[in-house]
Amino acid sequence: MSWLDYLLLFAAMGLVTYIPRWLPLLYLAHRRLPQGLIDWLGFIPAAILSALLAPILFSDPASRALDLGKPELLVAAPTLLFAWKTKSLGGTVIVGMLLYWLAGKAL
Amino acid sequence: MDQDKVKQLKQHEAADPPTGDCFRQGALAAWPICLGFVPIGLALGVLAQQAGLPAWAMAMMSVLVFAGSSQFICVAMLAAGAAAPSIVLATLMVNLRHALMSSALAVHLRGVDRWFLTLFAYGVTDESFAVNMARFRGGSWSRWSALAVNQLPNLTWIAATTAGALIGQFIPPGALGIDYALTAMFLCLLVFQLQSRLFVAVGLIAAVVALLWRWLIPGDSYIVGASAVAATAGYLLKRWREGRR
Repeated sequence: MSWLDYLLLFAAMGLVTYIPRWLPLLYLAHRRLPQGLIDWLGFIPAAILSALLAPILFSDPASRALDLGKPELLVAAPTLLFAWKTKSLGGTVIVGMLLYWLAGKAL
Repeated sequence: MDQDKVKQLKQHEAADPPTGDCFRQGALAAWPICLGFVPIGLALGVLAQQAGLPAWAMAMMSVLVFAGSSQFICVAMLAAGAAAPSIVLATLMVNLRHALMSSALAVHLRGVDRWFLTLFAYGVTDESFAVNMARFRGGSWSRWSALAVNQLPNLTWIAATTAGALIGQFIPPGALGIDYALTAMFLCLLVFQLQSRLFVAVGLIAAVVALLWRWLIPGDSYIVGASAVAATAGYLLKRWREGRR
């Protein structure tokens, strides 16, 4: 691929990434939102993070079927406990990586 | 306090100029995200280099497209010889979830000027979103601190992905558990969000729906789909509980 091919591809990708981030902010920040919508939006962070995490922890990457024996899930339990106790994002990332690395060595 | 007073107050807050303290607080909140982005960015750079992307193309992609998961998908699709339009479509599908995040952030950026929002939108990611929402909810979180939380990981990301493409071939795959950095980050960000049993219920519903949706329907629509279903369930549960009181 040439320099221009890359530029066009990445510019188009950038555009479809930026617009969904930008339009709701621009539009909704200047409207008075109904309380129900504010409540609904308040649940979005927990919902999205769970939807992103669940397949990593509980499903087989190829078949997408349920898989309860993944090392990702095994390591998630102590990592979650650490996150709960310390509320430290940096510490959790380090502990999670270390445990996963150790699990890879042990299993 | 009536609605107009609240609005005036918000607009007054919005007019606050940036200070060094705002930046410092933002940097303190952002460093763990940056730490998590280094291994993930390096990993992406390594994959890109193996897929035949030059380092300058990696840097260009990270500047134009600050969105980790879709960049991984792009590299994989380029390696598989996919055409540009299908890569752009996949990017759109994967990143539609950010529309939900920006909508939720808008609640806390009421009346802020459009130039700020235009700059802010560029750095909305899963991680910065989760950190900023937790801080905004805690109160007294400046929009300038929030901007720092958006943009400092962005700079880290550009540097890490480019470095990965340059020095990637020297890093063995799976070294030091780098594959788990993103998962650990998501786990902790989820903990930040679980403020009551209602939020735990929403998280569980989202997980179950995501697994089923992803199993039954090809593609990545499960992220937006399961999130919308779970948030709606949370909203209904909240109304039902309030109705019983």
